[in-house]
Amino acid sequence: MFGFILKRLALVVPTFIGITLLAFSLIHLIPGDPVQVMAGERRLDPAFHAEVLHRLGLDRPLWEQYGSYLWKSMHLDLGESFVTHEAVWSEFLKLFPATVELSICALFIATVVGLLAGVLAAIKRGSVLDHGVMGLSLTGFSMPIFWWGLLLIMFCSVNMREWAPAWALPVSGRMALEFDIAPRTGFMLIDAWLSGEEGAFRSALSHLVLPAIVLGTVPLAVIARMTRSSMLEVLREDYVRTAKAKGLSPTRVVFVHALRNALVPVITVIGLLVGTLLGGAVLTETIFSWPGIGKWLIDAISRRDYPVVQGGILITATLVIVVNLLVDLMYAVVNPRIRHAK
Amino acid sequence: MSAVLSTEEVATAGAPPASSLGDFWRSFATNKGAVAGLFVFIFVILCALFANLLAPHDAIEQYRDALLTPPMWAEGGSSKFILGTDDIGRDVLSRLLFGARLSLLIGFVAVLLSMLPGMALGLTAAFFPRVGVAILRLMDVMLALPSLLLAIAVVAVLGPGLLNTMLAIAIVAVPSYVRLVRASAMSELTKDYVIASRLAGAGTLRLMFNTVLPNCMAPVIVTATLGFSDAILTAAALGFLGLGAQPPTPEWGTMLASARDYIERANWVVTLPGLAILITVLSINLMGDGLRDALDPRMKKLS
Amino acid sequence: MSALALRRWLVASTISCTLCGVQAAGVVTFCSDGAPEGFDVVQYETVITNDASGIPLYDTLLQMKPGTTTVEPGLAERWDISADGTVYTLHLRKGVKFHTTPWFKPTRDFNADDVLWSLNRINDKSHPAHGVAKNGYPYWAGMSMPELIKSVSKVDDQTVRITLTKPESPFVADLTMTSIASIYSAEYADQLLKAGKLEQINTQPIGTGPFVFKSYQKDAVIRYAANTAYWNTPPKVDLIFAITPDPSVRIQRLKAGECLVSLVGGDNARAFDGDARINLLRSKPLTTSYLAPNSKHRFLSDKRFREALSIAIDRKTFVQSVYGGEAVPAGSFLPPGIWSHDATLKTTQDIERAKQLVKASGYDGSELTFFATARTSDIKRGTELLQGDWARIGVKVRVQLMELGELYKRTGKGEHDLALLSWFSDNGDPDNFFTPNLSCAAAEGGGNKSQWCNKAFDDLLAAARATPDLKKRSEIYVKAQQLLFAETGLITLANKLDVRGVNKRVRGYVATPFGGSDFRAVQVD
Repeated sequence: MFGFILKRLALVVPTFIGITLLAFSLIHLIPGDPVQVMAGERRLDPAFHAEVLHRLGLDRPLWEQYGSYLWKSMHLDLGESFVTHEAVWSEFLKLFPATVELSICALFIATVVGLLAGVLAAIKRGSVLDHGVMGLSLTGFSMPIFWWGLLLIMFCSVNMREWAPAWALPVSGRMALEFDIAPRTGFMLIDAWLSGEEGAFRSALSHLVLPAIVLGTVPLAVIARMTRSSMLEVLREDYVRTAKAKGLSPTRVVFVHALRNALVPVITVIGLLVGTLLGGAVLTETIFSWPGIGKWLIDAISRRDYPVVQGGILITATLVIVVNLLVDLMYAVVNPRIRHAK
Repeated sequence: MSAVLSTEEVATAGAPPASSLGDFWRSFATNKGAVAGLFVFIFVILCALFANLLAPHDAIEQYRDALLTPPMWAEGGSSKFILGTDDIGRDVLSRLLFGARLSLLIGFVAVLLSMLPGMALGLTAAFFPRVGVAILRLMDVMLALPSLLLAIAVVAVLGPGLLNTMLAIAIVAVPSYVRLVRASAMSELTKDYVIASRLAGAGTLRLMFNTVLPNCMAPVIVTATLGFSDAILTAAALGFLGLGAQPPTPEWGTMLASARDYIERANWVVTLPGLAILITVLSINLMGDGLRDALDPRMKKLS
Repeated sequence: MSALALRRWLVASTISCTLCGVQAAGVVTFCSDGAPEGFDVVQYETVITNDASGIPLYDTLLQMKPGTTTVEPGLAERWDISADGTVYTLHLRKGVKFHTTPWFKPTRDFNADDVLWSLNRINDKSHPAHGVAKNGYPYWAGMSMPELIKSVSKVDDQTVRITLTKPESPFVADLTMTSIASIYSAEYADQLLKAGKLEQINTQPIGTGPFVFKSYQKDAVIRYAANTAYWNTPPKVDLIFAITPDPSVRIQRLKAGECLVSLVGGDNARAFDGDARINLLRSKPLTTSYLAPNSKHRFLSDKRFREALSIAIDRKTFVQSVYGGEAVPAGSFLPPGIWSHDATLKTTQDIERAKQLVKASGYDGSELTFFATARTSDIKRGTELLQGDWARIGVKVRVQLMELGELYKRTGKGEHDLALLSWFSDNGDPDNFFTPNLSCAAAEGGGNKSQWCNKAFDDLLAAARATPDLKKRSEIYVKAQQLLFAETGLITLANKLDVRGVNKRVRGYVATPFGGSDFRAVQVD
């Protein structure tokens, strides 16, 4: 087991180095002088220009710059934003909990509803329910999710305000403005609960509903389909038929035996969905003005805020690698064949 | 038993017997959804091909006195503009029809640009394992970033525009082909017929393209179909973020970008382009499902 | 939770939610259109940062009467200008207190040391706090302050003397600008310097302004408390900025009552038709939107071609589509609100004449590049309309949208053929429209986006800067406008109206002529 872990870790190292190379080269691939960007609409003093170039280390040989970049990244020194001059790492820490909260809620909805739908579809294979679930999930990942978000806003916030104002959901942000919640954990649900203010928790929840649904739609579709396939596969297996023949009730068969085995590949997929979630977060956060890292990265790219872009790419990719690694390890724990393969 | 369709499983699924087109069609036709998808897709292609005959107006002509007219069936609409006009007076129906051309073009070009290098790299990785390791690591790096972020980063470097969008999408899609073809090819390499060919003196290139590749095509075709629909969605996302096709190009995603301000007053500008994207992508995905079922009996078992 | 309890909970939450969005009296929420870059306002130059960091938190040496461009005393009660126009003596106000916050308690009132600190910190490279601004002080540099200011010295605790290198009539107006003359607390700066935390000046600001900084949730909410110890009339409300870059979301928040004031833009004004709770406040900011034709490039160097491009434009539809009709087609580059504006200059659309001029200038049909910013859809619409207008006279144009910073940089380098830009007055003085945008010096420095350098024009500007006589300056500026118009140094488009949605419970909100917001006198019913 230990050997396996070491082998997997060893595989990660070159990938990580590749990512740092990718992030590092970005600032040099873009045509033009990154310092000029900071000039704004008025002139940039040439002496100042040279000074900034030197301070950012952009006048040293490339390999030296890369080395220093690698070293600093290991120490979490990812430079400062060109726009706000705040350290990239600390900006990231401030915004990351918002994205995590949204992603967890989206994943929660996707998993609960997806599993349920997939199991039901598998049990009632070929029925209207089955076709319905499959059709809806296919629709779910055929839609542009930013359009889906706009539609939901149109119906649940804007139009709802005319038809049934009490049920209208908020349009943007994480919390109603009249609540001044101390950011203890960065997770609005927890902070609102801890603050004890009347209605704060409810407000945080109502702000989460639409973005979480939008972000969770594609994972929901994937999980539903995956669960269904997996369940069908398992339900055909000999040991299930044996259990049925032995007289165990169908429910028990489904939930105790089949589901547990069917869940394994689904868990793998959930791990892989982290990448999808982070990508989807970009669009969802833009539409709902959700102050998380997706929006942060998009804004940084359009403002040519290179340190943020570099740092953001590095952190995001590292996160995905780490999660995939953990999922691989978990899968190996569950499935001994993988550990000893090759 | 993994339903994730890991590349190993797909590859070892084995080559389908050299089935005739008839066999294939029969298999495909049992999936009603796939057939429906096919018909809708053909409809979209026809719309795109005959856009200049079908469209009542030019896609970029601005009717200055008819800004934001509602569709024909709504109050204030007119039969001159069946689906209404947008914020600078351009006919929505015409723009959707010409937009179909762009979306199909993007899908086609992006898939081609990713499939060909992807297959080439995958075959190289399978036939020359030492180079293969390096190639795989590179692909891992690219896969570590969420595909939308990577596409955005590529466009940030190259600059916005239709061509760069296609390039970005293509670059992002290459790794999946590489992995797929490599796994497929590697399992083929262990098979008897390949070893026999080698003993008979077949050169590497001949081996690669004449013998091994045709048997890897099944999963590649399925991935290409899904890649096509994915390309359309990603292009729309890039257009929505302002990084894709530039005005006045009638790309569906770009149309949605300026539509955000009209959710309340002119919702047809929001719903219609999105619906166009949905219908097209859905039809392709339905076809993709059908293709996968028809091309490989073992894969069929999993769904 | 049982089904019954769940239903009860749902009903209770929906009932209480009808009160959601109702602000407690005493707080005004403003939906701003972007996040401030920081709170050390002199480091930045955007209107957004100015709105959030400048006006609420800091006072300047001199001020403008709210909503106008008339200069009146600020932290300086009186000022004297020497006969030769180079020495300004400022007599400072007594009894002004800096903010008291959890992170700073002032031990003394405002005095000359603070003024010295604030100005020298920007101007003097060896000042210990100079380097806090990693990107420098673009406003200061852009207004050519380093060349203009010879020295800032303390005469006594309540008097400061600023000596210039040459007479400059607009300087009095410059002293009202937040990015130039905001006064910081030298005591706070010393405290931070000793603790080695000078960057905190950007995240936990201290000023003398009408509002005290409470907290900032990045990209989401800024909270301010009314400064009850303010030297002028203290505000009666607390202030909250809800950062909402998306215009459609701002409208929805206004309608939901989540924000009480917000900039909605002319093209969205119709969204409030029939809504009795929201008043539309229209103000005339001192701004002109215009096209900068690169007069160093082929075809555009011929003033006939430039004129053709100008008279081909359907400004009426432009105003209707881009600004929802809430704008006036522009004639002179100087907007109507600034003194010496020449109202006789007008452009009328003439397609036939435009076509002739195009032919006469020898245009060969090659595609011109047209740069604009991608920020909002109204600008995108504008570019497409213009593209259509020029197609009608046979001129082909390719639109390239880019982010604002990149637009400035690339147009500064002259990479464009045409660019869609707008200029906001910084201080209400006509020189501020001309020198940074159209002087020969600015053509070198990158501020003159049309690269148009005309010696006669330059001489007029220099003459106007040198004399303090308003009447004489006025005459010179009228001549300058006419010269600019005749030569089509740039192509003016429109003077837009700022349209803001203001909830009818709000009284006393003032929109500044510089596109900003003044909440000092606001009351919420």
